[in-house]
Amino acid sequence: MLYDIFIDPFVQMGAQPDFLIQVLWEGFVSGILYALIALGFVLIFKASGVFNFAQGIMVVFAGLTLVGLHEQGVPAFLALILTIGVMGVLAYGIERVVMRPLVNQPDIILLMATIGLTYFLIGFGEFVFGGEPKRMITEELWLPTGSTAIEFGERGLVLLQHIDIAAAVIAVLMVSGLALFFNKTRIGRALRAVADDHQAALSVGISLNQIWAIVWFAAGIVALATGIMWGARSDVSFALEIVAFKALPVLILGGFTSVPGAIIGGLIIGFGEKLGEIYWGPLVGGGIESWLAYIIALIFLLFRPQGLFGERIIERV
Amino acid sequence: MFYREAGQFKTTYEADQALFPIRQDRIAMGLILAVAFVAIPLLANDFFLTSIMIPFLVFSLAAIGLNILTGFAGQLSLGSGAFMGVGAYAAYKLTSIFPDANVIVLVLISGVFSAGIGAIFGLPSLRIKGLYLAVTTLAAQFFLEWCFIRIPWLYNYNASGAIEIPRREVFGVIVTGAEALPLTRYFIVLSIVVVIAFLVANVIRGRIGRSWMMIRDMDIAAELMGVRPLQTKLLAFGVSSYICGVAGAMMVFFWLNAAEPSSYSITLSFQILFMVILGGLGSIAGSFLGAAFIWILPVFLRFLPGLFGVEVAAESIQHVTFMIVGALIIFFLIVEPHGLARLWQIGKQKLRVWPFPY
Repeated sequence: MLYDIFIDPFVQMGAQPDFLIQVLWEGFVSGILYALIALGFVLIFKASGVFNFAQGIMVVFAGLTLVGLHEQGVPAFLALILTIGVMGVLAYGIERVVMRPLVNQPDIILLMATIGLTYFLIGFGEFVFGGEPKRMITEELWLPTGSTAIEFGERGLVLLQHIDIAAAVIAVLMVSGLALFFNKTRIGRALRAVADDHQAALSVGISLNQIWAIVWFAAGIVALATGIMWGARSDVSFALEIVAFKALPVLILGGFTSVPGAIIGGLIIGFGEKLGEIYWGPLVGGGIESWLAYIIALIFLLFRPQGLFGERIIERV
Repeated sequence: MFYREAGQFKTTYEADQALFPIRQDRIAMGLILAVAFVAIPLLANDFFLTSIMIPFLVFSLAAIGLNILTGFAGQLSLGSGAFMGVGAYAAYKLTSIFPDANVIVLVLISGVFSAGIGAIFGLPSLRIKGLYLAVTTLAAQFFLEWCFIRIPWLYNYNASGAIEIPRREVFGVIVTGAEALPLTRYFIVLSIVVVIAFLVANVIRGRIGRSWMMIRDMDIAAELMGVRPLQTKLLAFGVSSYICGVAGAMMVFFWLNAAEPSSYSITLSFQILFMVILGGLGSIAGSFLGAAFIWILPVFLRFLPGLFGVEVAAESIQHVTFMIVGALIIFFLIVEPHGLARLWQIGKQKLRVWPFPY
């Protein structure tokens, strides 16, 4: 029994290094995609302290809008631009209708409001686009679809999907773009000011409402990128919404307020999940991917209750 | 005018500490119980009992359970659905092992298993707080769901992977299984819910309930004043999971007759959480109001187009229902973040001063 848990998986890893690398690559890619969703969460949490549960459905919604527009005969890139516009309208609407009246409410009320928003968007999306899964327009967006096999050692073979590489590149570009935006532009500075202190930001003339709309819009664009990537890997369907639950441990592991935390948390969860599923999963009958992420996050949390990169929680009586 | 307690003097300590110290409250409670126990069984048809009243009561009980944890002890939980599942599977195993035992007693015992598991998953709450705690309960949710699927012993190695409730009799009356009459089920569910609700109302007023509320309001201060966080939090997790477990067992034994692991998914947890938040955190009456709102509204919406003679596809009704429920949740959170229970209190105040507004 102990042998099965502590030694056998490593023996397996050593015996088939090419398979190990394949598993690690899979973990890397899903980690990147988790990190992208978590990024959307972090953006909104930083700026408004709202734990945005609707990020998952925003991913689905953005993907469906893009595909739906293309099905209506809109050229792919025009559809992309239109979808960005739709996300902007959505962001403004959410800020105006949901967030503004709920300023200063306790966290749990805001969380509930975003879950309500999730329900609304699920109903709305299914009403408009129908419930069936749709194929992502990968080729039309000039995203690569093939795969490369890399020879490894004498007999090993590692298969890399081009779309996964593209996903990783886009994720890196997006994160660096966001970092630049946060650090160099006027709006980015305003965002950071709001994140630090709402009242102080208000007192130097930063419009909270405007900033929130911008943040929701940024989260919407992140959601669109995530939707395209996830959609290209499988289909665009409401099943993707479950991915939002996976982003939760990622977020908690990295800390709610840290962009690098989201990335590293995503990678840890991605690697841990795939390794655990492949090498330790068979011991208990498989399918452990559904809860392993939470257990990993839980173990980290027991040692660092604020997450890896979160702000230290200071409690005063 | 209608709700004026002036002139009702309390002459004994018992009268002062009664659960309902005001006469009008006692009358109202008596009326509600009379309606529930006499009027509804006399007037309602089977459809009303099985698809509205029984689920409403079951969900109310689950909402009371979660309200103890989230509303009174302040620990956010997204795993109540799974704890309900533990109760259901425990009751199912118990009735398979002891086929002759009184099934109502078994349902009540099954909550104990759920309480134990709830307390185990409550352990991290000593160190992890707030939204971070949500991940612990989510771990419980997904882990337990996985157990319901992967441990065949739990569902007696059924090929379907679902649990089906066998026919059981108590004192010669069929209470579970497909042949049980809706009225019998209704009376059992109603009695259990009423008894547990009264017990909870009393626990909340006492030392235990107060220590839960101290932990909720400020745990460090509570600790300094002599409340032990370990015992108090674990007790909250245990009691909450017990009630959720009983509710889950009742859900499959007296309402659905059969359940699969997906019946106890995260969706159920969210539904219960909605009931608690919309009904009002920290309010027993609120749990009932929230359950009524979340359960009865979609049923009502489903029949609404038929009333106007409009033919709409079932699918689009479902989608629109989702939209309306989501929008109403947001609307209620904006209008009254303290829940329906607060609206009821405002209404009482209005009745008290009527017809003079000040």
